[in-house]
This record gives sequence, C-alpha cells and structure tokens, in this order.
Amino acid sequence: MATRAYAGTNVACNDEGYMTNLEEWTQQVGEEIAKEEEVEMTPKHWEVISFLQDQYRAEVPLTIRKIGKSGVTNIKEFYQLFPNGPLKKASRIAGIPKPVSCI
Amino acid sequence: MKNLLILGAGTAGTMMANHLVKKLPANEWQITIVDKEKTHYYQPGYLFVPFDIYKPEQIVKSIDQFIPKGVKLVREPIDRIAKDEDQVYLANGEALSYDLLIVATGTDIAPDEIEGMLGEHWQESIFDFYTFDGASNLRKKLMNWEGGKMVVHICEMPIKCPVAPLEFAFLADSFFKNKGMRDKVDLTFVTPMDGAFTKPRATKELNYLLEQKNIRIVPNFNVERVDGEARKVYDYGGQVVDYDLLVTVPTNMGDPMIERSGMGDDLNFVPTNKATLQSLVKDNIFVIGDATNVPASKAGSVAHFEAEVLTENILAYIAGKEMNGSFDGHANCFVETGNGKALLIDFNYDQEPVTGTFPIPGVGPLRLLKESRVNHWGKLAFRWIYWNMLITGKPIPFVSSAMMTAGKDIEPAPAEVG
Ligand SMILES: Cc1cc2nc3c(=O)[nH]c(=O)nc-3n(C[C@H](O)[C@H](O)[C@H](O)COP(=O)(O)OP(=O)(O)OC[C@H]3O[C@@H](n4cnc5c(N)ncnc54)[C@H](O)[C@@H]3O)c2cc1C
Repeated sequence: MATRAYAGTNVACNDEGYMTNLEEWTQQVGEEIAKEEEVEMTPKHWEVISFLQDQYRAEVPLTIRKIGKSGVTNIKEFYQLFPNGPLKKASRIAGIPKPVSCI
Repeated sequence: MKNLLILGAGTAGTMMANHLVKKLPANEWQITIVDKEKTHYYQPGYLFVPFDIYKPEQIVKSIDQFIPKGVKLVREPIDRIAKDEDQVYLANGEALSYDLLIVATGTDIAPDEIEGMLGEHWQESIFDFYTFDGASNLRKKLMNWEGGKMVVHICEMPIKCPVAPLEFAFLADSFFKNKGMRDKVDLTFVTPMDGAFTKPRATKELNYLLEQKNIRIVPNFNVERVDGEARKVYDYGGQVVDYDLLVTVPTNMGDPMIERSGMGDDLNFVPTNKATLQSLVKDNIFVIGDATNVPASKAGSVAHFEAEVLTENILAYIAGKEMNGSFDGHANCFVETGNGKALLIDFNYDQEPVTGTFPIPGVGPLRLLKESRVNHWGKLAFRWIYWNMLITGKPIPFVSSAMMTAGKDIEPAPAEVG
C-alpha cells in the first residue's frame, strides 16, 4: 500500500491519491490535500467535509443529490466551494474514497 | 395461525415465497404475497429488447405461475405499512396484519426528479430502457432511426444493474455496425462518476473497450436539467451535451409506498442491516433485493444470494435464536460487450471484480473480467436459469451465496504495491 506524507505523517493512499484509512485523517492532513486540489478552505468547506465523513461512516453512498438535500449546503454552492468535479475533490480532502460503481 | 406477509412478487419476493413455503409449517404459518402487477417481467431482458435480440413478449410471464401452492397471492397496490400496528393497508382499503413482514418492492425509475425530462419529448427523443414500456418504445424508435448523436446517460447513482448503461452503449455499437450505419452514429456515454470504469482492476483490464468501439466519455456530469426542445442536457457545473437521441437511466427510487410509510431514506430505500437484512426500522420487518439501502449492487443475483441468508435468519428469528446468517454483498453479473461477447464479474462488499476462473477455480468454464463468447452464452442462458431456477429458489450448481476467493487473481492492484 502506497503512502503519502501530509502534515508530517505518512498516510495510506491509493494511486489516485485518495486516503484508504479515514482514521489517519486530521484537519491538517485535509488542509494539505486541499492545497493540492487548489481549494482554499473556509469554515463552510469544513462543514461540508464533516458531513461527507459522517455519511461515509454510515455507509451511505454519496451523491450530488444527497449533498443538495443535506441542509449543510446546496448544489450550486457545493460547485462554488469545490469547482470542477466537486464530489471527487471534496471526497479526497475528506479522506474518503471517491464515489464508484461496481466495476 | 401466524401471518408472514411479503410485499412485492418480483425477483426477490417470489424467491422468498418459494424458500419459506418449504421451511415453515403450513399449520402454523400463512404466507401471503402482494403485488399490483399481473406480469412478472424479466428485467435483464430490457437490455436486449431495444436491439431486437429479444422480442418484448419473450420477457414476460404471469406472476401466479411462480407463486407456490400454499402461498396466497393478493393482486392489489399497497398503500402503506403501518409499522406500529403490524398492518399493511392496501389501495382498496383492506388491511392485512402480519407477525413478520418482508419488504421486496424493488426500485423504479423516477424521471420526474430531473427538470425537463418528462414532457412531450419523453419516449419521442428521450427514452429509458429500465421499464418494459421504455425498452419496447426504444425498440420501435431504433428500427427506423437514421442516425445522429446518441447519448447514453446515467442521472445519478445508485441504479439497479449499474453496468447496464455501459452494456447498452456496447450493444448499440454492435447494432449500428451490423446495420451498416455505425459511421452515421456518434456514440457518447455520460456519467456522474469519474469514468466508465471506476475500480482499479476493471479500469486496467477494460478501458480498451471504449476506444475500440469509438465511444466518447463525458465523466463527472451531474445532470441539472434537460432541454427537450433544444436537445441538450445540462450539468450543475456548466457542461452541456447535445443529443439527437437521449437514452437515459433516470434517478432510481424505492416505491412511493415506502415514503408514505415513513420508512425510507431520501431515495425511498429502507435502512437495512447489511449483514442480517433485518430492517433498522422495526425488528419484525426484513428487507431484500433492490428495496434495501445496503451497499451491494441492485441485481437479481444479489437478491438470490440474499434470499438464502434471509431464509436462515428468518427461521432463527422465529425460533427466538440469534441470527447467524451474514450477507457478504456477493454479486455475480454477466456484462455484454457486444459482437457476441461478454464478461463475467463476481465480487462482494470488500472484494472488487478481478480476473480469474468461474465457477470452478482454475477450470472455469467462465472467465472473470475477460471478454469471451462462452460468457455471452452464459448471459443468454441466464434467462432460462432465471425463470427455472433463480426465482423458484433452486440452488445454482457450484455457486454459493458467499463469494469464493478461490479461482480469483487476488493480488493487490499493481498501482497499489509499494
Ligand atoms: C435493464 C436491466 C438489466 C438488468 N440486468 C440484470 C442482470 O443481467 N443480472 C441481474 O442479476 N440483474 C439484472 N437486473 C436487475 C434485476 O432485474 C433486479 O435487481 C431484480 O429484479 C430486483 O428484484 P426485486 O424483487 O428487489 O425487485 P423487482 O423484481 O423489481 O420486484 C418488485 C415488485 O414489487 C412490486 N411493487 C412495488 N411497489 C408496489 C406497491 N406499492 N404495491 C404493490 N406492488 C408493488 C412491483 O410490481 C414488482 O413486481 C437488471 C435490471 C434492469 C432494469
């Protein structure tokens, strides 16, 4: 399993740079991944990130609709917060896998 | 006399009726199954109907011929489940009380979830193939279609049989080639995910298919609305795709009955324990097939594996014992790749699809994650297996409900090493 160094620690990541163990995530790690994604984090961003992590822990598949209905943000704002592929980007910063299909 | 009530006589409900009638003493339990339809549709056939590989009449049979003797079939729409009263209300006002309830009402398309999808262009230039009517209308359309931009599109996940849209695109390529008009068709696959393939091993093994078949991919496309007049689909991020013929898989949702019962998530799927298949709503309610929210594929094969586990758990529950049956997310699906070939994938909650041999390790005859003609015959044979073995609850030789690791090339994906 490959690792990448973030915030002074080595965290397990797959080849696309998605963390494979959410336990290793800290806000500093998230902050550094956000820099790579060229996203400037604000309190609103972190609110969305922690919503995504809660959904992941509850094993609820993430969709744009789910985020739009979350009460945390709406779809338009989600695109503004994480431009170009918001679900992918936000998942990576949150330390959770990107949304996948069965193959 | 106690009552076991099954809601939905599709793939999963029919299997459960067949399993349980053999296991529960007839003098203690009355089993009743409810469905609004007269017809059992072979849904995997919807993929083949538009291309005239199956005729619509080849994929329908009457529901009652699969309901075993001793099980009472009620043909009526279900209005709602009153979980606190242990009763189910039917549309005709009748109430059915139960001691144990199995929800198997599946999932259906909800095109009204997307702005502009339903309207005068629906079933004219915007089609689905996830319903009997959609597949049949698309068949008529394709018979005389002269070509142009065909867009195969997924609105949002999860959808049942998640590979079906990709199979549709592959079969479309073959269909137009065989008609000698492939050069007149521009084929595009539009998906909310970041590619047609999303798992590392499948991506590595299968990405060549898209190039080989000249199918353009538009990834990360989250549809906001359809403009049927201008023939354009828009996404929230500002991307626009033009089409002449839009073949879309609308949002998939559980039946509105689940919402009326106050039991579903925001897509009307019922929160369910992914191992035991007991609902998280109430102890005496169990859920199977497409109606659950478990993170397995929504497929007939999944329902088949779940049915074995659920039967065991229901017997334990009734006996007041601990439920030991644990569903592992096992799915087994043939994937048509066109030109008379198909792939086979076999996977579960934790194991992504890999290459290998199936069902007999090292022998086959089926090959996992590789195109072959034998796999295609397997897909066509699935219709016979479905009607004659699957829904009547007969075990499939060599194929167990828990996924086997033997015969699979389970090395870590190369990219993940070191
Ligand atoms: C295009 C396509 C291709 C597919 N290909 C494959 C494949 O190759 N392999 C595979 O394994 N699976 C495949 N599937 C998936 C498979 O068909 C489903 O996963 C399976 O049928 C699910 O079974 P189910 O019993 O949960 O739901 P269903 O079989 O859909 O049954 C639900 C039943 O509940 C009834 N119902 C719902 N609401 C009510 C109500 N309010 N009142 C009364 N009755 C109600 C419905 O009438 C229906 O009969 C495919 C599906 C599609 C659409």
